[in-house]
Amino acid sequence: MFKPLRIVPHGTNFPFVANRVKAFVFSAILMLASIGLLFVNGLNFGIDFRGGILMEVQTEGPADIPALRSQLGGLDLGDVAIQEFGGEREVLIRIQRQDGTEQEQLVAVEAVKAALGDKVDYRRTEFVGPTVGAELIEAGMLAMLGALGAILIYIWFRFEWQFGVCALIALSHDVLSTFGLFALNGHEFNLPTVAAILTIAGYSINDTVVVFDRVRENFRKYKKMSLAELFNLSINETLSRTTMTSFTTLLALLAIYFFGGAVLADFALAMIWGIVIGTYSSIFVAVPLLLYLQPRRGDEEDEDLGAPGTVSQGADGQKD
Amino acid sequence: MLQFQPWKITFVALVCALGVLYAAPNVVERDLTQDLPSSWLPGKKINLGLDLQGGSHLLLEVDVDVVIAERLESIVDQARRNLREERIGYRGLGVSGDTVRFTVREAEDLEKARDAVRRIDPQTETVTDVGNVVRISLTEVAIRDLKSRAISQSIEIVRRRIDETGVREPTIQRQGDDRILLQLPGVDDPERIKALLGQTAKLTFRMVDSTASVQDALQGRVPPGSQLLEAADERSGAPRHYVVKRRVMVSGENLVDAQPSFQDGQPVVSFRFDSVGGRRFGQATSENVGRPFAIVLDGKVISAPVIQTAILGGAGIISGSFTVQEVQDLSLLLRAGALPAPLQVLEERTVGPGLGADSIAAGKVASVIGLLLVVGFMIVAYGFFGLLANIALFFNVALIVAVLSSLQATLTLPGIAGIVLTIGMAVDANVLIFERVREEVRNGRTPMAAVEAGYQRAFRTIVDSNLTTLFAAAFLYFVGSGPVKGFAVTLGIGIMTSMFTAIMVTRLLVVLWLRRSRPSELPI
Repeated sequence: MFKPLRIVPHGTNFPFVANRVKAFVFSAILMLASIGLLFVNGLNFGIDFRGGILMEVQTEGPADIPALRSQLGGLDLGDVAIQEFGGEREVLIRIQRQDGTEQEQLVAVEAVKAALGDKVDYRRTEFVGPTVGAELIEAGMLAMLGALGAILIYIWFRFEWQFGVCALIALSHDVLSTFGLFALNGHEFNLPTVAAILTIAGYSINDTVVVFDRVRENFRKYKKMSLAELFNLSINETLSRTTMTSFTTLLALLAIYFFGGAVLADFALAMIWGIVIGTYSSIFVAVPLLLYLQPRRGDEEDEDLGAPGTVSQGADGQKD
Repeated sequence: MLQFQPWKITFVALVCALGVLYAAPNVVERDLTQDLPSSWLPGKKINLGLDLQGGSHLLLEVDVDVVIAERLESIVDQARRNLREERIGYRGLGVSGDTVRFTVREAEDLEKARDAVRRIDPQTETVTDVGNVVRISLTEVAIRDLKSRAISQSIEIVRRRIDETGVREPTIQRQGDDRILLQLPGVDDPERIKALLGQTAKLTFRMVDSTASVQDALQGRVPPGSQLLEAADERSGAPRHYVVKRRVMVSGENLVDAQPSFQDGQPVVSFRFDSVGGRRFGQATSENVGRPFAIVLDGKVISAPVIQTAILGGAGIISGSFTVQEVQDLSLLLRAGALPAPLQVLEERTVGPGLGADSIAAGKVASVIGLLLVVGFMIVAYGFFGLLANIALFFNVALIVAVLSSLQATLTLPGIAGIVLTIGMAVDANVLIFERVREEVRNGRTPMAAVEAGYQRAFRTIVDSNLTTLFAAAFLYFVGSGPVKGFAVTLGIGIMTSMFTAIMVTRLLVVLWLRRSRPSELPI
């Protein structure tokens, strides 16, 4: 049997908590940059939220983008964005929401189809009217806030409120920086992006909870250890798991990013960023922040976890 | 400690076996399954979303306010008649907002007027106001009924129209208060369907008001009880406007059939009335020989022929300057019936079959590559235990596919991403357990005790951390639409199956192996 690989060798004791100031500075810069980017660039809201028309067409030969541009630019449809999408024959056409009712949008779709004729294959046509767009924004916001709230309340019940607050800060850090990423690269911000962000939120919390769990366990195990030391130990003990899981998830996401097609690439990119930043924040942000809130060390729950060295009862209540 | 009661073993094995069995139809070729007795193998495959199989998704809104406005208009007409019969002087009769109101000239007529209009419609409330004003409004119940009837009628008519076009397996669902969701698999150019649904196709036969002049009407002087309508086509020499009586002789509801045909080489629509319609039409035409009547479709006059003789057969012809296609569409619309209110397309998402096939292919490649990477990594990281985790992962994917198939959930493109993501995260529970087991081994426990303690300790953490992700998935499911919902479904199912496989399946495998080989040290 060969020796299994260890990403994090046993006995690693990196001084995470001692270096927290550096991490906080980095995070603060990241947050400020994200907020700045959001104000300067803003998010490139896709048609799901803004309303408008999106068409993906496939041309017979390599697409002549400039020609398409002049062709569609002459239709008087306002802002028309044309870009290559995934391959040299695939073109993505985005047209701003037309003034007026839903009827005007349909007219615009027909105008584009008439202009392009039968020379192209229409792979995708999406149109979102103003009514639906407004509702989708509302639903998206609701989903984000609702999910975050539910997660926060859950952690609060399972742990102390201090843990909940730190988890929420770490989570906001991850979500905000993802917004920042989208403001930076100008990729379209759509419903799938919201889904990606919520998934990141779930993952990031998942990561944080595992470390918190260990902190709580160590509270009972080492009654005399200083908080800073105890937190550092907890992070290092769970480091192996944190990196392993992030690594396998990243492997899967990279597969989607590179092989899942152009439609999913943005979606995967948001999640890849989320996993990286989420892992960072559980280690460098969530736990070190606990230091400043001084959670109680009492036994919140009278559950017998069994001290090391003793064998606790098995789940089946049998011993051999 | 290494006890795993027989019933538990059986249960786990049964779930895994069922998972593989129910997932099988998605991977086994169809022709193979046909040779087997169908009762032997579940035949349900995963439903592919429109973004994967190609098709068109349309969200329509029924303009219910139109229905209410029409109802109020008819109250106005009836009130005018009743007040005249009762010889009550009034002024300013009309619709304002959502009420019908008029002012009675003489104060002593107020109560009489109120009684005269009260019996028009049982679902109205009539109140008198200062200044001799009478207001008639629809009750809450009436409005609710009107709206909900309008929607269910619209759904019925939409269904008939779609069926006439020959689209296979359309889904037509009511959504919210005033919306209809249409899913049309395999339709990659919904323009014709949108055009068909964009017309309400209300057909009425009414008399032309020969006493009024079009010139006066254009300047706003329309006799009460009549209205000014445009002509549908713009033939030179034909009048552009008509003044038509509001009163309907016969309407499209009395049609039993409409077919495209030809008359003098021109495409026309020939129609037949039911007995009631035929009788009314016969009566109206025999009373008005020599006068023109108007055929009105959606508020526009198609034609206004002069009645030559009484038409008693209950059949007739609508001619206009139609093309063959228009005649076909018009007959289809008349056969399917009129929509109670106009429909608006609020949202359209159409995916061609090419893109759908490409997406599936890309999704498959991504899934397989993702799976191989994760499987390889687990073996490198945990050796023999990694192998056990991979076996559990295989069952995990099978279970996801099985649950999706048996629930007939719809798999969307983001849904595929959800599955791949689950594959990545599924090993997490195992990683948690294995890391714990390693720790326990380092603490000097025997292999058996280490495994037992590892599972025990990791269990709580697994539940804690997975529940939070499940929250996120649940919220996505409830507020998301279409593709996002699909993602939430696969993510949620994936979390549950991966918890089961990590906690039950790998544990069973590990325990069975421990019992058999009784190792002195764990290869972990």
